[in-house]
Amino acid sequence: MKAVYTWGAILVIVLASVVGDVLLARAMKQVGDVGELRRRVGVFGVMGRTLGNSNFLFGVAAMAAAFFSLLFALSWGDVSLVAPAAASLTFIGNAVAAKIFLHERVDRRRWIAASLVAAGVALLAG
Amino acid sequence: MNFRKYLVLAGVTVFAAAGDSMLSHGMKQTGSISPNHLQGVIFAILNPWVAIGILLLLAFFATYMTALSWADLTYVLPATSLGYVILALVAKFVLHEQVSPMRWLGIALISGGVGFIAGGPELTEHGQDGELDEHCAIPTAKSPLLAKDARNGAPTGVEL
Repeated sequence: MKAVYTWGAILVIVLASVVGDVLLARAMKQVGDVGELRRRVGVFGVMGRTLGNSNFLFGVAAMAAAFFSLLFALSWGDVSLVAPAAASLTFIGNAVAAKIFLHERVDRRRWIAASLVAAGVALLAG
Repeated sequence: MNFRKYLVLAGVTVFAAAGDSMLSHGMKQTGSISPNHLQGVIFAILNPWVAIGILLLLAFFATYMTALSWADLTYVLPATSLGYVILALVAKFVLHEQVSPMRWLGIALISGGVGFIAGGPELTEHGQDGELDEHCAIPTAKSPLLAKDARNGAPTGVEL
C-alpha cells in the first residue's frame, strides 16, 4: 500500500512540474526574446511583461506546488526512489507535453536526448 | 545560436548546480526544520550559505526564463542537465566523495544526451526558425517558402 502512495506522490510531483514548465515556456514565448526586448524596453520593462503574463504566474504556482509536494513526499517516502524517479520522469513528461501543448518538433534526436538524460539522472540520484 | 545564448545556457546550468550546493551546505549547518517550529526557516535564511544559495537560484530562474524566451523547452532542459554532471564532478574532486560506477554511467548518459541535441536547432519553426528567429521574437514568416529558407539557414548538425 505504501508503494501506491509513493508512486501517487511521484505522479503528482511530475504532473505539477510538467504543467509548470510548459506554462513557463509558453509564457516566455509570448513575452518574446528577452535579449531583444531588453534593448527596446529595458530590464524593468521585461520584468513587467513577464510578471504580468498570466501563464507565467500559473507556471510559478505549479512549480511551487511541485516543490511542496516533493517536500511532502520526501518527509514520508523513500528518498532514494522519490527524488530520482520524479526528476527522471519529469524529463520524459516534458518531452511529451512540449510536443502536445507547445507543438515543439520533438524529433528522434530530442527523444533520444530526453531518454538518455532521464536514464542518467535516475542513475545519478539513485 | 550565438555566443550570448550559449552563455545564458551555461548560466542556467552553473547557477542551478551552485545554488543547490550552497543551499544543501547551508541547510546541513542549520539543521532540520520541523513543521512545528517554522520560525526555523528565518534562521535558515540568515545563514550566509543559504542566502547565497537563494540568490544563485534566483539567477538560475532569470537565466532559465531568458533561455525559454528563445529556445524550445525540449532543447533547454536536456542542454542544461549538465548541472547534474557538474554536481557529481564537484562531489568527486572538491568534496572528495566516492563516485560509484553507476554514477559515472549516469554522467556518461547525461553527457551523451546533451551531445545529441547540441547539434540540432534550438527552436521549432512555427513559421519561424533558426537564423530568422535570431532577429524577430514575433512569428512573422508564415509562408512555407520562408520557413524553408529559414530552416536552410539554421545551424544543423548531423541529421538522424
